[in-house]
Amino acid sequence: MTAPLLDVRGLKVAARLGDRAHPILKEVSFQIMPGEAYGLVGESGSGKSVTSLAVMGLLKKPLRVAGGEILFKGQDLLQLSKREMRRLRGNRVAMIFQEPMTALNPLSTVGRQIAEMFVLHQGKGWDEAQRLAVDALASVRVPNPDRRARNFPHQMSGGLRQRVMIAMALACNPDLLIADEPTTALDVTVQAEVLRLIKELCAERGTAVLFISHDLGVIASTCQRVGVMYSGCLVEENETQALFGDPRHEYTRGLLGALPRLGSRSQHGRQRLVDIDSIISDRSKLTETRFIAPRAAEGGQP
Amino acid sequence: MRFGFNFMLGATLTALVILAGILAPWIAPFDPVLDADLMNSELPPDATFWFGTDGQGRDVYSRILYGAQISLTVGIVSQVINSIIGVTLGMTAGYWGGWWDDLVNGLTNVMLAIPSLIFALAVMAVLGPGLPSLLIALGLTNWSWTCRIARSSTLSLKSQGYVQAAQTLGYGDLRIMFTQILPNMMGPILVMATLGMGSAVLSEAALSFLGLGIQPPFPSWGSMLTDARQLIQMAPWVAVFPGLAIFLSVLGFNLLGDGLRDSLDPHMRTRNP
Amino acid sequence: MLRFALRRNLQIVPTVIVVALLIFVIFSVVPGSFAASLFADGKRAADPQMMARLTQELGLDKPLMERFVTYVTDLARFDLGTSFRTRQPVIDLINDRMWASLQLAIAAMVFAVLVGVPLGFLAALRPGSVLDTVTMIGAVSGLSMPQFWLGLLMMYVFALQLNWLPSFGYGDGSLQNLILPAVTLGVTPLALLARTTRAGVLDVLNADFIRTAHSKGMSEAKVVRWHVARNALVLIVTTVGLQFGSLIGQAVVIEKLFAWPGIGSLLVDSVAIRDIPVVQGTILVIVLWFLIINTAVDLIYAAIDPRIKQE
Repeated sequence: MTAPLLDVRGLKVAARLGDRAHPILKEVSFQIMPGEAYGLVGESGSGKSVTSLAVMGLLKKPLRVAGGEILFKGQDLLQLSKREMRRLRGNRVAMIFQEPMTALNPLSTVGRQIAEMFVLHQGKGWDEAQRLAVDALASVRVPNPDRRARNFPHQMSGGLRQRVMIAMALACNPDLLIADEPTTALDVTVQAEVLRLIKELCAERGTAVLFISHDLGVIASTCQRVGVMYSGCLVEENETQALFGDPRHEYTRGLLGALPRLGSRSQHGRQRLVDIDSIISDRSKLTETRFIAPRAAEGGQP
Repeated sequence: MRFGFNFMLGATLTALVILAGILAPWIAPFDPVLDADLMNSELPPDATFWFGTDGQGRDVYSRILYGAQISLTVGIVSQVINSIIGVTLGMTAGYWGGWWDDLVNGLTNVMLAIPSLIFALAVMAVLGPGLPSLLIALGLTNWSWTCRIARSSTLSLKSQGYVQAAQTLGYGDLRIMFTQILPNMMGPILVMATLGMGSAVLSEAALSFLGLGIQPPFPSWGSMLTDARQLIQMAPWVAVFPGLAIFLSVLGFNLLGDGLRDSLDPHMRTRNP
Repeated sequence: MLRFALRRNLQIVPTVIVVALLIFVIFSVVPGSFAASLFADGKRAADPQMMARLTQELGLDKPLMERFVTYVTDLARFDLGTSFRTRQPVIDLINDRMWASLQLAIAAMVFAVLVGVPLGFLAALRPGSVLDTVTMIGAVSGLSMPQFWLGLLMMYVFALQLNWLPSFGYGDGSLQNLILPAVTLGVTPLALLARTTRAGVLDVLNADFIRTAHSKGMSEAKVVRWHVARNALVLIVTTVGLQFGSLIGQAVVIEKLFAWPGIGSLLVDSVAIRDIPVVQGTILVIVLWFLIINTAVDLIYAAIDPRIKQE
């Protein structure tokens, strides 16, 4: 059995306001196998993004890790020095953010922003890094990469910008890519393209993906396993098909009930979308029950 | 609304200046103009003359108390004139648009191209020195920013539902402007005016210092400093106290204005603690 | 870029024309005749015969429209008229004093930028630190202080008490004479620059692309060098441009205080004796300066921010 690439154990994050610490994440544990695509779903504020930022070591005050371990290739990221963490960040673990509009520096060409990766992690000179940046743009299927590398972010569409982000994140062939709502800010038509691109490129390179989304459709089409987060807890985890077919946790059932389904009308006659609260009897009891499926067997392949 | 320490300090300083101005006739130990006595000239601060005496032997403390009246008058009146001009032009320009908007915009740009102290100086040159010309000069100088703010607020308020509702009800333009738009932009205008009071007091001091504003023997803080350059070697208190009075009152207006802005715009508060 | 620069430069022309017009209008509504006011300040009583001669000589007896046409056509030939008092061409008077003023203004701004920007930067990088608190208190105080008063106090301490620097005058144009007036004049822009730089850098630091930069594994120092500095520069450049206007205005007072032979003190002296052509001329030149600086700022701005050129 292969060792997990990322093993998050009992991760606790707290927000320190004044002299009181408010718990934000309550003992979250999950594992990602090498090359696996793992999804985290949940409503906004459930702690998905905080989890990903904790893994990246990018939590900002007042948030801080209050306990647990984040093992990456067997090494606890929380024990690393700042310098060691920087060497890992971007290089072995990379991240794509939600807003391609604001996630790129408006005053710098996209070529240069990608080139920074090669300068930082591979010790290349700027000229060579710029050439590599053009290749990186080509690899995310940006037409005219030569010309596009000299563009500024404002000269690009949202979809192109997100491709730039992907090229940047994958520039150093990381082992793990964290994609935090990578398609939420995009047009629906572009969403599918970008999703396919991430899926294909990561499959080609054997990069594991931690996919974060509130969109169950996105998760279903990209991930092999899914964790459901609610109020700072991972309440249920299972293989994608199993989870969608047989949600065990009350909250997961609620989430699925809120999903419009194509054709559901013809099967069941007039059916209303159900809002979560009408399914869930008592929200305060939600985080007490957890349904964690046994870890996926070989390499996380379904 | 929550007010921070800065705002409270600003309010306290401003209140002190106002009290000094109002109570001057009762609390000043000497007459600011008439009690000149060359025998007492250039005395250092002591129990009788708290802030010392100036070249003519007048009590600096009494003159500073009376000077508050002038600074306050200049600050308040000039900002009232500024706000009226700026709001009227900006609001009508934003509301009516068209050639009037272009004209107001052009005028604003020209005004912004002339450094405000230079413009005030030019007006003073035409009208001659004295308090009335000072009020006019400073009232005409700083309305451009108010005008810009009024214009842009009007533009955004114009598309609000309640303004459009008033239009459909057949309200007249002026009635809409004064009942629907003006009340909703009072906040930023008030902030501009408060901050403007600080710069008006500074400009008054500068102009009076140059001998173009309030004329001696009237006790304006700025004109009190005119002689200080000659006296500073022998009697530094003549320079220190009027300047301190200007500094503290302007600091008061500025902190008050900043505090008002922060409480009106919570986003700014986190940025400028 | 070149077309942008050209267009931006051409925009100065109409503004200058309107300002010239405005100045002319303001000064033609002066109650009483110039000649009368010229003598009113003097000790001797105005002799009606001499006044009439003077009025004629100065061309003030002609109708307003005619005077305006002369004024504009002269202006087009860079002729700013003749001083009432000295009978010298105004342009010569200004030329003689221009260099001293430029020296002072530039020195003051350089001082403000060199001290204010780094202070604001450091304050923003360590918000809440002692340096931050001290800088911000200093900035509010600097903005609330009458500059000439600060100059007066510095003159007292550094020139009269410590004898380190000359108390006033241009001297032989050495740095010694420049220090006190330039530092005095630089205090307000310094305070404002420290404040805006701090606010601007804080804004940039909170931007999403800074998080991206960190996620790339960049060190704090590289983030600041590669991403923060350039973006904060946009705001700093704008502030410098805007501040130049009030700096030129304040220079008038500071020049007078330190007996600095610039166009500011020329302006104040001319206002006092109502030498209108000189007043008109100096104001026009000051406005022209201000416009040129603002244009330069816009061009620098466009060079830094690629989003501007597209418009």
